[in-house]
Amino acid sequence: MGNEETATAYYLPEVLPVPSPAPDGRDKEFWEALKRHEILVQCCSRCDSLQMEPEWLCYKCHSFELGWKQVAGRGRIYSWERVWYPIDSGLKDACPYLVVVVELTEASGLRLLGNLLGDPRQEVEIGAEVEAVFEDHKQKGFTLLQWRLVQPESRP
Amino acid sequence: MDKQNTIKDKAAIVGVGESRYYKRGGSPISQFSLACHAIIQAAEDAGIEVSEIDGFASYANDQNDPSRLAAALGLRELNFCNLAWTGGGGVAAAVANAAAAVAAGYARQVAVFRSLAQGRGFRLGQAHLGGGPAGLLGFTLPYGVASPAQRIALRVRRFMYEHKVKQDALAAIALTSYHHAQFNPRAVMYGRPLSAEAYHNSRWIVEPFHLFDCCMENDGAAAVIVTTAERARDLRQKPVFIMAAAQGSDPRDVHDSLNIPDFGSANFKHVARRLYEMAGIGPQDVDVVQSYDHFSGAVMITLVEHGFCAPDEINDFCTVENLTWPSGKLPLNTSGGNLAECYVIGMQLVNEAVRQVRGISTCQVKDAVISMMISGSATTPTSNIILHG
Repeated sequence: MGNEETATAYYLPEVLPVPSPAPDGRDKEFWEALKRHEILVQCCSRCDSLQMEPEWLCYKCHSFELGWKQVAGRGRIYSWERVWYPIDSGLKDACPYLVVVVELTEASGLRLLGNLLGDPRQEVEIGAEVEAVFEDHKQKGFTLLQWRLVQPESRP
Repeated sequence: MDKQNTIKDKAAIVGVGESRYYKRGGSPISQFSLACHAIIQAAEDAGIEVSEIDGFASYANDQNDPSRLAAALGLRELNFCNLAWTGGGGVAAAVANAAAAVAAGYARQVAVFRSLAQGRGFRLGQAHLGGGPAGLLGFTLPYGVASPAQRIALRVRRFMYEHKVKQDALAAIALTSYHHAQFNPRAVMYGRPLSAEAYHNSRWIVEPFHLFDCCMENDGAAAVIVTTAERARDLRQKPVFIMAAAQGSDPRDVHDSLNIPDFGSANFKHVARRLYEMAGIGPQDVDVVQSYDHFSGAVMITLVEHGFCAPDEINDFCTVENLTWPSGKLPLNTSGGNLAECYVIGMQLVNEAVRQVRGISTCQVKDAVISMMISGSATTPTSNIILHG
């Protein structure tokens, strides 16, 4: 990943739980890959269908042989919200903050959620192009996947 | 659907009851006692002895153990216990399961109930951080998204984008519930009217939801008694027959998932179609609707998915004028709903749907015969029922 961005500060204070794989481990590889600044989506070894969120079997062909495919950190805003009411007292000073659902360009419309970096009071447009920013929490050993608007000059 | 083999008109609701409704933390009695009050009142309303109840049905992980209830209430027999595998989408499913139980002969009189004391238990509007996120919540909680309002706002925003919906449509849902609550002395917001100006000036919880787009947090309980259509005819109240019931989900609509194919939806396309098929009627035949108003925007989509208007007509259809008693085209949430009567995870909406058929609502729709109750939307699984006289 040559032109990836690493966040220099945390978007939200570190009061939320450390992301951890589901107890049965079905999404472990996804979280491990984020630490390497890679985005993985599940890919069926039999029929090549992509799916998220991770599951033990392919919902199309029912194969239990699922692998992973790395996709670029590019997408478009599919939906968004601006949060004003803190769901935890530790987030009180962090409000408002922006949340975006991003449809991944290279993964047939699969979606991931993250925060939209920049001014939390900015106008947000569904359909706007965004790129991944990896937010490393080195001490706690995890990485979050954040998003920022693609500036016109950096569009491919 | 096998049209010969359905629950249609085989069961009826014969009694309704509720505890007093309180603001969150206002109940001086336990959640269990609230449930017992509602159940006892429903039995009294039906004109049966409490001890004649022989089954319980609930939903959304109700905490009141049916065996403890049976013991506390002195039931002679306990023949049926069923907890629907849902959240707020399961209100009607619990009624449907009770109806199926009496029709199948598992039990004779089933109490369907839900009790909630948010002042004593956890609050649904807060994140629950203990133990860390697991599964799908792991994809949202680290980014500050965990509450029902936050989860559903994303779906509503997508719908608003796809169909150019204005904030006024959401406002109309909230103002409608508050309007109806002003006639209902049971309502927590009785005597506290809401103006359009106050709605628009209220603080944001999570855009596009203002404070008044989000339901209250309350303490209270509501219950109904379900029995066979045959027995219902011999009881005190005018029987309210269950004309149709459905529960389920659209494809791959999973709680907390960001990858629901039809994301900007209320998850009722499939369930609404099944309901009308069983009833043998269409949306034009429905006289009055109670639709679980956890969040105004989700109700708006629910009305569309039940065929009351086309998605692109929502700005014209979703108005206070159209949705309010006494002269609206589609009177909605006529007791004040979750937004302004009480949030008992929607159970009180069943009581109101029954009252409309009996002709005793505080906002009684003239000549109401067909009364629909729709459970929580933009969740999964969902459910709905149609009642008639």
